[in-house]
Amino acid sequence: MSSTSYRTPLGKARGLGTAKSGTSIHIGQRVSAIALAFLSPWFVIAAALGVRDGYAGAAAFVSHPVNSVLLSLLLIAAFYHMGLGMRVIVEDYIHKKSTKQLLLIGNMFLWVGLTAVSLFAVLRITFGS
Amino acid sequence: MASSGGSGSGGTGAGTRARPMAPHLQVWRWHVTMAGSIFHRGTGVALYGAAIGLAVWLCALAAGPDVYAVVDGLLRTLPGELALYALSVAIAYHFANGIRHLVWDSGRGYKPSTADATGWLVIFFALVAPIGVWALARF
Repeated sequence: MSSTSYRTPLGKARGLGTAKSGTSIHIGQRVSAIALAFLSPWFVIAAALGVRDGYAGAAAFVSHPVNSVLLSLLLIAAFYHMGLGMRVIVEDYIHKKSTKQLLLIGNMFLWVGLTAVSLFAVLRITFGS
Repeated sequence: MASSGGSGSGGTGAGTRARPMAPHLQVWRWHVTMAGSIFHRGTGVALYGAAIGLAVWLCALAAGPDVYAVVDGLLRTLPGELALYALSVAIAYHFANGIRHLVWDSGRGYKPSTADATGWLVIFFALVAPIGVWALARF
């Protein structure tokens, strides 16, 4: 890296600026979007066909090995993607620091929690209780 | 919004002429790329709610036929079906516009006429594709 710094002395004194982690969020949003571009059409069509036959049909759909794996991947990609998206929305619109931090933490707990709960549900449907 | 920074238009000098204003939503003419951007965020928030619903549905399915029957019964009421239909429109929109975003990320599709055309295409897709999905689920 070049030693040239483009930061102004005032900027250095204030210590504000990039948190040096934004790029990974940007890339994560897009990589999960690419995964979802394949997984979500599959899920919408397969689920529309799978839920026609009530409980037995839905359970058979989810517990099929291929569907079970693809659905788990979809859940991980979707919850991660929506967590990042909601984070951006909170950062865009909520400027009061305490409210913002509360919402960001709540958002993270929610998407991580939903991921855990729904993956557990898929496993339980697939392997039984 | 009229341009306010023209050289011969009434300004008496560099210091006093009206400065150009940043466009604000309330005075800005709606156009398809702007609407498309707002829809993308709106459908994203709607799908956040839908994802919570998907988790509930999976839990109900895992809990067994009795609990599943309650959730399934709710979804098969008229409000439930309307919500599911709106949801399929939101998925179709966010999916198609997401692909539009990925194409933009590759540096293509920024020409205003192209961006307008793809914006309308995405809206058209979002209105038409759910009809096909709905037909699959019903017949």
